[in-house]
Amino acid sequence: MRSSSGSKAALRFWQVALFAAFLAIWHVATSPTLLPPLYFDNPHKAAFFFGEPFKVLARTWEWFSSGTIYPHLWVTLLETMLAFVIGTVLGLGMGLWLALSPIASALLDPYIKALNSMPRVILAPIFAVWFGLDIASKVALGVTLVFFIVFFNVYQGVREVSYTVLANARILGASERQLLRHVYVPSAMSWVFASLHNSVGLAFVGAVVGEYLGSSRGVGYLILQAEGTFDINSVFAGILVLTAFALLLDWAVSLAERRLLVWQPRGGETEKM
Amino acid sequence: MVAALALEDITVTFVSRDGGRYTAVSETTLHVAPGEFVSVVGPTGCGKSTLLNVAVGLLEPSAGRVRVFGEPLAGLNRKAGYLFQTEALMPWRTALDNVTAGLEFRGVERGAATSQASAWLQRVGLGGFGARYPHQLSGGMRKRVALAQTLILDPEIILMDEPFSALDIQTRQLMENELLELWSADRKSVVFITHDLEEAISLSDRVVVLSAGPESHPIGAYEIDLPRPRDVAEIRLTPRFIELHTLIWRAMKDEVLKSYAQQQRQ
Repeated sequence: MRSSSGSKAALRFWQVALFAAFLAIWHVATSPTLLPPLYFDNPHKAAFFFGEPFKVLARTWEWFSSGTIYPHLWVTLLETMLAFVIGTVLGLGMGLWLALSPIASALLDPYIKALNSMPRVILAPIFAVWFGLDIASKVALGVTLVFFIVFFNVYQGVREVSYTVLANARILGASERQLLRHVYVPSAMSWVFASLHNSVGLAFVGAVVGEYLGSSRGVGYLILQAEGTFDINSVFAGILVLTAFALLLDWAVSLAERRLLVWQPRGGETEKM
Repeated sequence: MVAALALEDITVTFVSRDGGRYTAVSETTLHVAPGEFVSVVGPTGCGKSTLLNVAVGLLEPSAGRVRVFGEPLAGLNRKAGYLFQTEALMPWRTALDNVTAGLEFRGVERGAATSQASAWLQRVGLGGFGARYPHQLSGGMRKRVALAQTLILDPEIILMDEPFSALDIQTRQLMENELLELWSADRKSVVFITHDLEEAISLSDRVVVLSAGPESHPIGAYEIDLPRPRDVAEIRLTPRFIELHTLIWRAMKDEVLKSYAQQQRQ
């Protein structure tokens, strides 16, 4: 059998090779000089519609080297963070409350279902009217997206607390408050963490979509501006930056998850004595 | 002498959602003296656990009374510790934090609770394992943590619901001996539920046999006059043990067959 580190290196190589091949095809297909126009009547049209990879990279580099991107990136990340934190806190609170109060849960059930089924992105224009074009309206949109994910996970988490663990804590003398703090919340948190990747991702979506629909700052705004002037290379550069930061956020979440959920068994885990 | 735990004429009838009724336990009376080790045996599904849940106050009986040291029981039984058959440790707490849980709930200061809990982990043979999470421990180790978690609160009455049934036979005998050792150090009242007659005889002062369900009730009680201290593996080979086993098994056999026949019918 080949060593796993060897096959891992090979895997990395092929992953990079795949990306390089993609860039090469993109470059060749959109360059006005390398290939005769196959589909478009004008050799510059392919580049107009699909951009050119090296110009996209150059634009990205220009943004970072000149520093023009930082204020926009900062606004988008700030909106993402705020939406994530506020949405999580609200979802946690509501989830715990409804899961522990059957009456409230029965009363609000149809409304929760309706709000969840509603395509909530459509609220963006309303939020723009309510909260203006600054970051508040984007945060509000992100919150509506994050809230339901966290809410349903907390609700599920509380409902699925093991009966034995609960009874045991009661017999050990836990009061209702202590049950909440030491049994329900930790149990619900494991479900919240399971959905963390989703909720951070959606907070990001909320921020960008909100900016795209109307704003004066942010990466979504940059893309909107570029689109307005048919600067397709800048649009792709914006998408590239967003993707990179989405990956970075996802990686940060994985790190946090690994630190906070040490108590959960992972498949095939062994421990040194 | 006032019984540590008295179950008097307990009847438990469950009502299912479709209106069906099932009487698990019928007119059962059981008295446990302070310091007495009583085992309750019976075929599977005979309502042994139901009886224990009534004793700890998790379940209210349909009829009958529960007295704890003479006082009628209302709500949870604060004088009792309970060892569950299935996993009851909090998976998000380390072994040590699981053992401190009860003290923490009672408002004992953290430092004192921790030092007491370490001593208890030491006593159940898990001195170096305090920082482990339950999933990092074996089944036998988790049972030891659960035992320490219950005993640290120094309950007057210890209720055990087939606590060792999920363990392999060697671990089980080891745990049984340890339990006897811990119990004889300061004698509490114990109600030990099991379907294993050998386990019941080797541990107890008295063995109560329940009939097959539904409407199960005690059909016999047997004093176990084997000398203490006992080694559960060795005592099984003594003539008196075999004598007692034969005697009780004779009473139990019909009930086991009845219960088996019922399961076949379902």
